[in-house]
Amino acid sequence: MAIFIVHVTIENKPGISDPEGETILNDLVLKGTTSTVTKIKSAKMLQFTIKEKDKKSAKIKVQNICDELRIYNPMVSKITIDVFDA
Amino acid sequence: MNVAVIVFPGSNCDRDMYHVLTDVFKLNATYFWHEKGLPKNIDAVILPGGFSYGDRLRSGAIAAHSPIIKDVKKMAEKGVPILGVCNGFQILVEAGLLPGALLKNTSLNFMCEWTSLIVENNTTPFSNKLKLYQKIPIPIANGEGRYYVDSETLKQLKKKNQIVFRYSDTVNGSSDRIAGVCSEDGNVVGMMPHPERAAESQINPNDNKPASLIFESLLNAIGVQN
Repeated sequence: MAIFIVHVTIENKPGISDPEGETILNDLVLKGTTSTVTKIKSAKMLQFTIKEKDKKSAKIKVQNICDELRIYNPMVSKITIDVFDA
Repeated sequence: MNVAVIVFPGSNCDRDMYHVLTDVFKLNATYFWHEKGLPKNIDAVILPGGFSYGDRLRSGAIAAHSPIIKDVKKMAEKGVPILGVCNGFQILVEAGLLPGALLKNTSLNFMCEWTSLIVENNTTPFSNKLKLYQKIPIPIANGEGRYYVDSETLKQLKKKNQIVFRYSDTVNGSSDRIAGVCSEDGNVVGMMPHPERAAESQINPNDNKPASLIFESLLNAIGVQN
């Protein structure tokens, strides 16, 4: 068993408005010195620390937790899971 | 008749709801802590507003896994009238008892203001004394009150008459101006506005009668003579 860090990024599905990201883009970033940014999406990231035999099983375990406990609402959100060595 | 008012860590409208149920509508209401079970002799269940678990993860997401929710689901299946107001609505959605999701208001602001609802379904246990398309002056108080459903689910909601209340104006970006929905059977109702803050003339600067009919509908549904 090894320790892994698993990042779960929860973001709105495409087509669902993200007023927080739009505000950060329009009222902060584009009012600064950079005008090349075209989009900002806000998201929530949860960092799990988990003991599993390998990266693959760490990812599957966390995916199952997210699905079973509705860590994200599949009506509006999707998740991306990234696994790192601790 | 026994009405259960469920209390979660962070509920803050439970006492307002209890007051309206007992002092105004003379019902026998009892608080139930979320870690307890519900007895079988409950005639209606109300999940009040508040900030359960401090809205951690997202509003209602953690409370939806509270032990008492198992009993709420059993009662929902039996046809017991169940009402979720504000955070209670968010909890019912997160528990899968009502469709959709509640997102941050488009303005990103916590909105605390008077709104006007339109009755779209007057056959539920919480709307049967209201007239179809009747207007209800009522306050909202939420940050994550933007009701969202995808287009397919919206089509189903319309087809099955599950839209109970709409805002008369665009308030917070909700899909189709939806303010409240019900389950397919109609006995589970969720709404973002607060009827318990609008049912008495002393605290309603507009007209308290329409909001009071939400409670009178419950009395009617559970067979209390009023």
